[in-house]
Amino acid sequence: MSPSIPLVEPAAGTSSETHAIELRNLAVHFGETVAIDELTTTILSGTIVGLLGRNGAGKTTLLRTLAAYLRPSGGSVRIGGEDPYEHERLMSEVCLVRHDGDFNNDLSVADTIAIAEAFRPRWDPVTLERLLEKFHLTPSRQKVGALSLGQRAALAVSIGIATGAPVTMFDEPHLGLDAPSRYAFYDEMLDAYLATPRTIIVSTHLIDEMAALFEDIIIIDHGALLLHEPAEALRSRGVELTGPVASVDTITAGLSVLSSRTLGPTKSSVVFGHCASDLRARAEPAGVEVGPIPLQDLFVALTSQEPAR
Amino acid sequence: MSAVSFDERSPIYLQIAGRLRDDIVSGRLADDEQVMSTNQYAAHHRINPATVARAFQELVDEDLLYKRRGVGMFVTPGAGDRERTRRRGRFFDEVLAPVLDQAERLSIPPGDLIAAIRSRHTSKGKQ
Repeated sequence: MSPSIPLVEPAAGTSSETHAIELRNLAVHFGETVAIDELTTTILSGTIVGLLGRNGAGKTTLLRTLAAYLRPSGGSVRIGGEDPYEHERLMSEVCLVRHDGDFNNDLSVADTIAIAEAFRPRWDPVTLERLLEKFHLTPSRQKVGALSLGQRAALAVSIGIATGAPVTMFDEPHLGLDAPSRYAFYDEMLDAYLATPRTIIVSTHLIDEMAALFEDIIIIDHGALLLHEPAEALRSRGVELTGPVASVDTITAGLSVLSSRTLGPTKSSVVFGHCASDLRARAEPAGVEVGPIPLQDLFVALTSQEPAR
Repeated sequence: MSAVSFDERSPIYLQIAGRLRDDIVSGRLADDEQVMSTNQYAAHHRINPATVARAFQELVDEDLLYKRRGVGMFVTPGAGDRERTRRRGRFFDEVLAPVLDQAERLSIPPGDLIAAIRSRHTSKGKQ
């Protein structure tokens, strides 16, 4: 802890307060395929949200729908109370960054940046310059198509942060970014957020690496909302019970058991959503240990079940 | 990366609050000393600022930290003494009892435990 550095709290009352995202029975179908199924939730303005789900769970479709690239097949999307679809002003305030940038390969890096700047009223040129330097990029005449995968990803996240968009979404930003670049991205994303809170949604598979940055976590599975809750609440919701098979079975009877492993006379079961101290009071006299499980394991346990069809 | 990271097995705000209390108990944070702002702490450890704010608020609620509007947060005078007293109260039940249980399971006679305490005490006294 370092003393005598003045406290700087985030500026309250920023524009982000008007950008709550409300999804009501949102459905997105591609022909016969249901990509998003009756999804209802509200993302409060100014929160950093982790969007988790297995491959094909519908993360990208959800983000593309929020960014108004896709029109819902059913239900509604409201951002600050308004439908973003074909809504010009809202489009400039909602930014979705794909790991490959969705760039026009024939444009130069400089023009790509200039177009983003022209479209984004809250563009922050100072931040962009710092980010480009950090990622060893220059706003050159070089064609975007000639950039490496890593350079494209770095340019994409740099532009995303510099937009200052009140709703900024990153779809799997880790793809293409090596570990030092990812940490640089996390630092810059957090710094930008601390300077001006905004809604940031990040879809990722790197749960261990990113979870501490999230205030809320949304998990979707097969297009449906599995849960949306504060990351801190989620961290205390899963526990692992380990002990003699019969004792573990007795204690977990009637509880929500996500997964179990048995090794000889010992069984470990992950249970979800039950008060850890209540469990401990029942488990310990029976010789059953109650241990916490990491968020990543909880995610695996929650999403690894086969679809009930 | 931060020097000491937090784990994903329990709420991070509890881990942060625990570390701050440890620093107050050890005297690394002295009475009336200013602590990092939530933003500095969040940026330094790459943690969501809402999580950090919750930890700091918990220590304010416990009167271990106090706020000076527009300036920052500081260690409440006497916080170290109070936290040490509180921990002494819980020490026998929460810290010593499990150790004694473990010793019993390992059939370590009480005499050996007392001898270990005495020799540690003596060697520390010589320093």
